[in-house]
Amino acid sequence: MADVNRGNRPLSPHISIYRRQINMVTSIVNRITGVGLALAAVLIVWWLLAASTSAGYFDFVNGLLTSWLGLLIMFGSLWALWFHFLGGIRHIVMDFGKGYELKSVDFWGWAIVVLSFVLTAASIMCLAAG
Amino acid sequence: MSYKTDMGRVIGLGSAKEGSHDWWISRVTSVALIPLMLCFLWKVAPLIGGTHAEVLAAFQSPFTAITTILFIMISFIHLAGGLQEVIVDYVHGKATLVVLLVSTKLLCWGIGFAGAFAVAKMAFGA
Ligand code: HEM
Repeated sequence: MADVNRGNRPLSPHISIYRRQINMVTSIVNRITGVGLALAAVLIVWWLLAASTSAGYFDFVNGLLTSWLGLLIMFGSLWALWFHFLGGIRHIVMDFGKGYELKSVDFWGWAIVVLSFVLTAASIMCLAAG
Repeated sequence: MSYKTDMGRVIGLGSAKEGSHDWWISRVTSVALIPLMLCFLWKVAPLIGGTHAEVLAAFQSPFTAITTILFIMISFIHLAGGLQEVIVDYVHGKATLVVLLVSTKLLCWGIGFAGAFAVAKMAFGA
């Protein structure tokens, strides 16, 4: 029971010599997009508070969010949201014990990267169309 | 030779001390956020860059108002848990850790509530 092989276990390879794999990227990007979305969430709340305060204040914040920097942050956040959304769904699927075969790990790793860009482009087109 | 079991020896030693409850909250909020995010992109995102009158009119719809309030509140609950997970991974000093954990939690609840209030105020037409 206790005290089997303490301190004499194989170690996993150090990150710098580990062969790079797509799931390393999607894992850390999921964390970065999650934290980054905090900024987007705060901006959206500011925009809503402005709208509930007065027309003048709304125009000010609305103008900031649609300035070139504002739009850059908004479109970046849109991509982050899609990526994190897809990664989140994948987490939930994997919680059910599905998708652990090596082929499937690689496939879905790349798939969410590609899909995140496709969905971002598609939603920007929908937004631009009206 | 210790008589403690492997489990007994490690329980409570993780950087967060506990976790299955936080894990569960993370999953429940994630599942809720899937449809709510889609409603937000459908109903609210197009309003960014619109006029003030359009925004006020949009939140007259109970569907838009309710899904937006839920999206904001649940996002911030999810964010509070997510940031906690990130903080316990990278911050080690006990005092810094406690200060950061408490302040992120309070900020998340505060900002989430403020967003929900703003939508409610517009929905009730003031
Ligand atoms: C749109 C629907 C969303 C889904 C399905 C989703 C799903 C998830 C899941 C499953 C995790 C856990 C990942 C893990 O255990 O490593 C997670 C983590 C996280 N999420 Fe979300 N999320 C969503 C939206 C958001 C939003 C809007 C924010 C920000 C306001 C956010 C911020 C975070 C943060 C900060 C983490 C922690 C990242 C980490 O520990 O690596 N998420 N999300």
